[in-house]
Amino acid sequence: MESAGIHDRLKARFGEGVTAFEAGALQPFAVVTSDAIGELAAFCKADPDLALDNLMCLSAVDYPKAEPPRIEVVYHLWSYRHLHGFVLKVFLPREDPRVPTVEGVWGVANWHEREAYDLLGVVFEGHSDLRRILLPDDWTGHPLRKDWVDPEFYNGMHVKPTAQMAERAMAGEQLGVGPFDVTPPNRHVPTDQ
Amino acid sequence: MTEITGLVQNKFSDHLVFTTVDNVVNWARKSSLWPMTFGLACCAIEMMAAGGTRYDWNRFGMIPRGTPRQSDLMIVAGTVTLKMATRLKRLYEQMPEPKYVISMGSCANNGGPYWRYGYHVLKGVDEVVPVDVYVPGCPPRPEALLYGVMKLQEKIQEDRVLRRKGETLGSLAGASMAPEAAR
Repeated sequence: MESAGIHDRLKARFGEGVTAFEAGALQPFAVVTSDAIGELAAFCKADPDLALDNLMCLSAVDYPKAEPPRIEVVYHLWSYRHLHGFVLKVFLPREDPRVPTVEGVWGVANWHEREAYDLLGVVFEGHSDLRRILLPDDWTGHPLRKDWVDPEFYNGMHVKPTAQMAERAMAGEQLGVGPFDVTPPNRHVPTDQ
Repeated sequence: MTEITGLVQNKFSDHLVFTTVDNVVNWARKSSLWPMTFGLACCAIEMMAAGGTRYDWNRFGMIPRGTPRQSDLMIVAGTVTLKMATRLKRLYEQMPEPKYVISMGSCANNGGPYWRYGYHVLKGVDEVVPVDVYVPGCPPRPEALLYGVMKLQEKIQEDRVLRRKGETLGSLAGASMAPEAAR
């Protein structure tokens, strides 16, 4: 099914739940309200004409300069039965991004949602185990937010390099040390020829 | 009895060799460096190549070990994240003395391409463990790593075994996570 057809089908079923459709994009997408996404995801998978049984990727994007500032959660779907794909987007308020989980529909969403929570702070309501997945458990903040500022230290280790460290890192360069600018001592260089 | 046909076998009568304890012990240590396999990123591929048949670090007496308890040398090959850094320090502490560290590649040396914008990468493995030899490159070729190993062997040969620990054992003086001590 073409993406316009998929959109029409979702629009007919969910009405106000589907707020926009962009057919001209490289990967056509529909914008969905966060209230509708749970039911809509289940429909996308269960409906025999859609059969979008594979969540290829779930990601989140930060748009602080949009009006109003928002975080988008993007769902890339694929149907192995019909070999068609579709993209769903949910716009969330930047200060409190909350969206229902789709873990119950596609199990793979478990880790993807943990990653989106870890790096962008999107809270997936109803998630069975919403912990950090990549960063250490005692990390504070969500570093893929556009307004992220590196802390000076994490557990006594520098996160932001200091000028002193920069000088030290360049010291070898200034000395000219390295494996290729001297002859290694074990290399025999014949002198009598 | 099979006849031994080596170059020097049975050519000489019994001999005594006079040398210093330092010389013998250092010679033994530098000739049997057992590295802990600490491959973290693409540098690990070059490290594996250095261990393969073409470059063959077995001729240095190097046998990679899968545990810190049996290792003398930790080759930190790759990007050390802040999360990994705590584990790296713990593994270093589990290695028996004497122990040495080779920092392989730009990431391990000073964070490499993650220097400015990497919120998650340790800016040089010397922030958490003392480093003996830094091997530059991104990633360094196996020749460069082997040259680093030879530099380490030179350093080991200068160690004083039976004397009190001091300046000459700089690399063994102990690690600290504290930034002011590490600098």
